Amino acid sequence: MSLRIDLEKKGSVLLVRLEGELDHHTAEELRGQIEQKLVDGQVKHIVLNLELLTFMDSSGLGVILGRYKQVKANAGEMVVCAISSSVKRLFEMSGLFKIIRLEESEQFALQTLGVA
Amino acid sequence: MQNVMDLKFSAQSQNESFARVTVGAFIAQLDPTMDEITEIKTVVSEAVTNSIIHGYNNQSDGMVYIHCTLENGTIELTIRDEGMGIQDIEEARQPLFTTKPELERSGMGFTIMENFMDELQIVSEPSIGTTVYLKKTLTNSKAMCN
Repeated sequence: MSLRIDLEKKGSVLLVRLEGELDHHTAEELRGQIEQKLVDGQVKHIVLNLELLTFMDSSGLGVILGRYKQVKANAGEMVVCAISSSVKRLFEMSGLFKIIRLEESEQFALQTLGVA
Repeated sequence: MQNVMDLKFSAQSQNESFARVTVGAFIAQLDPTMDEITEIKTVVSEAVTNSIIHGYNNQSDGMVYIHCTLENGTIELTIRDEGMGIQDIEEARQPLFTTKPELERSGMGFTIMENFMDELQIVSEPSIGTTVYLKKTLTNSKAMCN
């Protein structure tokens, strides 16, 4: 598998660190793993650290948007951090920054949600 | 001189990565920038994913065909399937439009292809298949022409 998914719960925040390539093939695995954590409860917000993500396409946008809708339904927030210039272009093209907050670093993203 | 490469593979999602990496390796000889390699890999991924999900409706017995031509710093890509075809191409090209929202498709595939390439043409016929034609001239060769 070309995507490594690291999930860590910090209070009400699910910290998701991705390493490798997020495409249609790997998006389904990511969706499954995050959804499992969401049904376990106690998770309100998601912080997505994309520092080590080397590739992403529109399937990645789809799975991120899907998880945004889930946390939003629970009055939670989604924050992305440490994104590359190419991933940033995809976010800009699709207007995702209008609904998903971008922060420079994981530490700062967690601080803004009060769990650092 | 023209340099040609052809690929044919099963419409299975694990081949999306194979397809974009192979095309990326083939175009590397033109000395593209890192951004240009990423753009080409992304559009290949978009078109191949469309063939698998929409063309063949996730039935993996179909085949996807990629034809790539390099000539004087220009990359031409033809990505083709023999799937169900697109009903309304103009509608399919609209940003955020998708026929499969339940699969969490973002509807950004053709928009990304259009943004990352110089040219995008789509030819499709119901029950016959879809061919996406993409063209891009690399910046280093544009500089040489000036």
